[in-house]
Amino acid sequence: MSSIAKKKGFGSTLWDYLTTVDHKKIAVMYLAAGGLFFVIGGIEAMLIRIQLAKPDNDFVSAGLFNEIITMHGTTMIFLAAMPILFGFMNAVMPLQIGARDVAFPFLNSLGFWLFLFGGIFLNLSWFMGGAPDAGWTSYASLSLASPGHGIDFYALGLQIAGAGTYIGGINFLVTIINMRAPGMTYMRMPLFTWTTFVASALILFAFPPLTVGIFFLILDRMFGANFFDHTMGGNTIIWEHLFWIFGHPEVYILILPAFGIFSEIFALFARKRLFGYSSMVFATVLIGFLGFMVWAHHMFTVGLGPTANAIFAVATMAIAVPTGMKIFNWLLTIWGGSIKVTTPMLYALAFIPSFVAGGVTGIMQAAAPLDYQLHDSYFIVAHFHYVIVGGVVLAILAAVHLYWPLMFNQMLSEKLGKWTFWFFFIGFHLTFFIQHFLGLMGMPRRVFTFGANQGWDLFNLISSIGAAFMAVGVVILVVNIIITVVKNVPVGNDPWEDGRTLEWAIPQPVPFYNFKQTPLVRGLDTFWIEKMEGNKEGMTYAEPLSDIHMPNGSIIPIVMTIGLFIGAFGALYNGEKDWAIPVLVLGLAITFGAMAVRSLKDDHGFHIHKEDLMNDEGGK
Amino acid sequence: MDFNKKYTPQTWPDHPEQVTLEGKNKFLGFWLFLGGETVLFASLFATYLALKNKGPSGMEFSTNTLFELPLVFVMTMILLTSSLTSVYAMYHMKNHNFRGMQTWLAITVLLGLAFLGLEIYEFNHYVHLGFTYGQSAFSSAFFTLVGTHGLHVVVGLVWIILLILRNAKRGFSLYNAPKYYTASLYWHFIDVVWVFIFTVVYLMGVVG
Amino acid sequence: MKTTMKEGFDLAMMRGLKKWRLFSLLAALTIFLSGCGEEYLSTLTPAGQVGRDQFNLLLLSSAIMALVIIVVVIIYVIALVKFRRKKVGEDVIPKQVEGSHTLEIIWTVIPILLLIILAIPTVYYTYKHADVAAMDQVDADGNKTNVTVNVTAKLYWWEFEYPDLGIVTAQELVVPTDEKVFFNLKAADVKHSFWIPTAGGKMDTNVENVNQFYLEFDDTSAGLEQGVFYGKCAELCGPSHALMDFKVKTLEREDFNTWVESMKTTEHVADGELATQGEEIFNTSCIACHATSGAGTAGGVGPNLASFGDRNRVAGFMSHDEESLKKWISDPQSYKPGNLMPQPKTINNGKEFSEEQLDALAAYLMGLSVEK
Repeated sequence: MSSIAKKKGFGSTLWDYLTTVDHKKIAVMYLAAGGLFFVIGGIEAMLIRIQLAKPDNDFVSAGLFNEIITMHGTTMIFLAAMPILFGFMNAVMPLQIGARDVAFPFLNSLGFWLFLFGGIFLNLSWFMGGAPDAGWTSYASLSLASPGHGIDFYALGLQIAGAGTYIGGINFLVTIINMRAPGMTYMRMPLFTWTTFVASALILFAFPPLTVGIFFLILDRMFGANFFDHTMGGNTIIWEHLFWIFGHPEVYILILPAFGIFSEIFALFARKRLFGYSSMVFATVLIGFLGFMVWAHHMFTVGLGPTANAIFAVATMAIAVPTGMKIFNWLLTIWGGSIKVTTPMLYALAFIPSFVAGGVTGIMQAAAPLDYQLHDSYFIVAHFHYVIVGGVVLAILAAVHLYWPLMFNQMLSEKLGKWTFWFFFIGFHLTFFIQHFLGLMGMPRRVFTFGANQGWDLFNLISSIGAAFMAVGVVILVVNIIITVVKNVPVGNDPWEDGRTLEWAIPQPVPFYNFKQTPLVRGLDTFWIEKMEGNKEGMTYAEPLSDIHMPNGSIIPIVMTIGLFIGAFGALYNGEKDWAIPVLVLGLAITFGAMAVRSLKDDHGFHIHKEDLMNDEGGK
Repeated sequence: MDFNKKYTPQTWPDHPEQVTLEGKNKFLGFWLFLGGETVLFASLFATYLALKNKGPSGMEFSTNTLFELPLVFVMTMILLTSSLTSVYAMYHMKNHNFRGMQTWLAITVLLGLAFLGLEIYEFNHYVHLGFTYGQSAFSSAFFTLVGTHGLHVVVGLVWIILLILRNAKRGFSLYNAPKYYTASLYWHFIDVVWVFIFTVVYLMGVVG
Repeated sequence: MKTTMKEGFDLAMMRGLKKWRLFSLLAALTIFLSGCGEEYLSTLTPAGQVGRDQFNLLLLSSAIMALVIIVVVIIYVIALVKFRRKKVGEDVIPKQVEGSHTLEIIWTVIPILLLIILAIPTVYYTYKHADVAAMDQVDADGNKTNVTVNVTAKLYWWEFEYPDLGIVTAQELVVPTDEKVFFNLKAADVKHSFWIPTAGGKMDTNVENVNQFYLEFDDTSAGLEQGVFYGKCAELCGPSHALMDFKVKTLEREDFNTWVESMKTTEHVADGELATQGEEIFNTSCIACHATSGAGTAGGVGPNLASFGDRNRVAGFMSHDEESLKKWISDPQSYKPGNLMPQPKTINNGKEFSEEQLDALAAYLMGLSVEK
């Protein structure tokens, strides 16, 4: 294994990352790219709050404001929250189930590059004539009327990034179904793996409707179709349905992994088995299932009629039951435990009241007649930020601290971590709590400014001050990361000392093949079981040491992606520039050509021999 | 697992597509992919039904006057037959009869090409009538639904042709068996979607 | 009442975190001080039965949700206080509990019961507020008993047609009190949403179909700070979505009838020399889009100006005085980006309006009144 341990130059490291199919490296790339987009989305959020800090402000213009809110929402959902979660799924899930990699390493890499280039494409709109400006929901009548190419960037960029997500979803599903270590039955899987599983299933069924909807938008705007043009018989409500059939499950695609992360944290830092494990699994699956039954609650004011509204109202309320089960199970997990308030645990503890507050306002909006008032007001802005920031972002920040040692064999500073937490947490409530009342007091969402003396001035100012606090928190986190990376102090495995699941049992840094010998899983929290029985190694093995088969790296995923990226420019300028169609064809040819190469060239991977394994003491 | 190991009909496993872990993953992953494709087509069908016969006021086209069942019926029969021939191919794969499999796949490809030719003829016919892609919401929905299926046929054909050519001189291995299997699965899926298109678009369009 | 409940909500949520006490007190205080928002705009000061029903649903759901939060917070705080590692000891391994069926059942059944309590009025009001059967009711003479308004939302203004009364107005909706007012809602260009927060929840104006609902108003708007309720567009519709405001004037039925009559018979006579000049300019530059007669039907290119002088705002959001009006006419794009009103040059022989022309136009327009 000497070739692997060798120190590499910058060029070969870059090549290594461009071609890697290793889930751990892909995880790092997801985290880095998602983190970058998170910062960009955060800057957009700050611009929004500066503009709304006082009435009749002219910090940004009306049109630019709409571009900013659209990009803020789109970036945060598609390019920050989901990819960062994908990063953690990639980093942690295979280790939790005792697998050497994901089922389709090649597709894993492809999924990442599609997301990254989709995100870059979307953000190029800023420099190429203006960003999309019809809101992240991009309702069809407005998105068709929107001049320029902003919406085209939105549609094509999301199509590319969405394909990556879809591929990732299938990959995780197959990995979890087929590649669990011996003894890792479904009902022994850690909750984060379970939530990854259900979220992936949601991706599988929720993304195709979005793909179709965006496909229609592309065809309408760039290729002369008439799906949404009502003068030609089209219907804009179709877009709303397709978008929300995707959009509602999307919320659960984000929040379920967050639930998974918190489930791990509560058990870990309370030193106690997750209370009601089987009901937690059941609740996860039930939430995922019900998530598909409630999309029309985003459309109560569209005029679907009282029967549809009543049915969807009651169905929506039903989701509160499994979610409530989860909350109480977490509470009972820390009850009787031994709570150590580390930074990740601090986030988890803050999550409970924050998320409950966000959840109950969700129930209020499920009451359709009440929602007629709350819909599209600042109340809904407050609500979804409470669940997404109070749920998903807190989980992401918690996971950054929790899994940093697993991914990088370093520990983020706990002290700075707690500073980040307090700034972010205080800022979060300061920003969004008050927005509930702005909504109740009649302030619609997505307004670029508001007139003075409508009773909204003070609350908007408070909200903007809160946003500044959150920004300070994120800056401290970035500083923390830089300091930690520069110091580079290795911490070894099980850095939190009470690790319960398999990922903490692996020696650090994690070898590229993960497990020298496939472990034998003897129960839920298998590492905990081994530790309690005094097993110093932390693992029992299911097989003797033998050769390991590994996949080869490949440059083809990024080539395929670049093909689509180029082709997207062709589609964008269709009917406007002469070179549009040739470029579209060229791009698709690159993609399909690369695919053909992939399929014609046999790639059997390689083997690590037993002798090499015996000498290898880890190292990436 | 040695992918290049040669098998005889006696040592060839019952389910060659699912012997290796890669094969198993591909098998399951492909089924899941088809699950997503089903939702994709369901969305297209739902949109088509919502926009059926919808157009600018006074539109002359409707499903009743536009579609001609005999042609579509022939297309349906061709595609159904091609599904059957791909079943034969898989039957031969199980029995380790490489030439048999390749032959039946080639027949499948020919039938697929015939289907595609008829579809292009059909589309061309409509366009000449003035029923162009941008003529109405109905035309957009029709061409997008049926055209997406047509694109799937093209992809399926290219895929199977590449498989036939690539492996022509190599015979069976546990490396390519899953590829053949998933390609035939894909072909069946295309066939099933067509059955729905035939029923929902054409039959219900003319009769219903 | 509602404020206290929200305070409880706030306080309870924060109680677990000691350092938060100060802030939550502050938050509660500011909320208390600001009251319930402005009474012409806030959903917390409902002005009619529909808004009141929805407000009651808000109170009921807040109460149920507050109960849930209190239970969660109590368990949470106790757990946090009792089971810190500092307290239980560094080396203690807690008992690894699997779960409890009894507890599972309790926290499944109780939420279901609470949700049923909420679901029943939800379903009831959903049907009640969608019931527009009385829209077509006629009296013995065959006249409609209720007022119906056809609302057309346009970039970025509102057209209000009274089809049974043969009149049309814009930007300022006038309705009678103490009876159901029915609405047919539609958008002319892109989707908007029609929202009068005090009267009740919103309904979208779609491009492809007409939505229907009703609202009620208890009192005349004359007693309000500015004599009108505020209405908003609640669906993002382009750059000036935020400025797509309208106003609602509510009148006793008799006054409403009088208003309708004067709208039907509007005949504006320009008062004074300046206004007469203004009328001439108007008739060459503006009249192609703006009607000045209240009698008519929907479909105006620009807002109907028959009652412009009686209105509360210029362009829906600027203060109602000659200065704002002149600013608006001389550069509508900069005040309401993306709106469809032509810039002066395109309607005034390629020239900007002169100060005199603007004065004249303003004098004329301010004189367009049906109430004076």
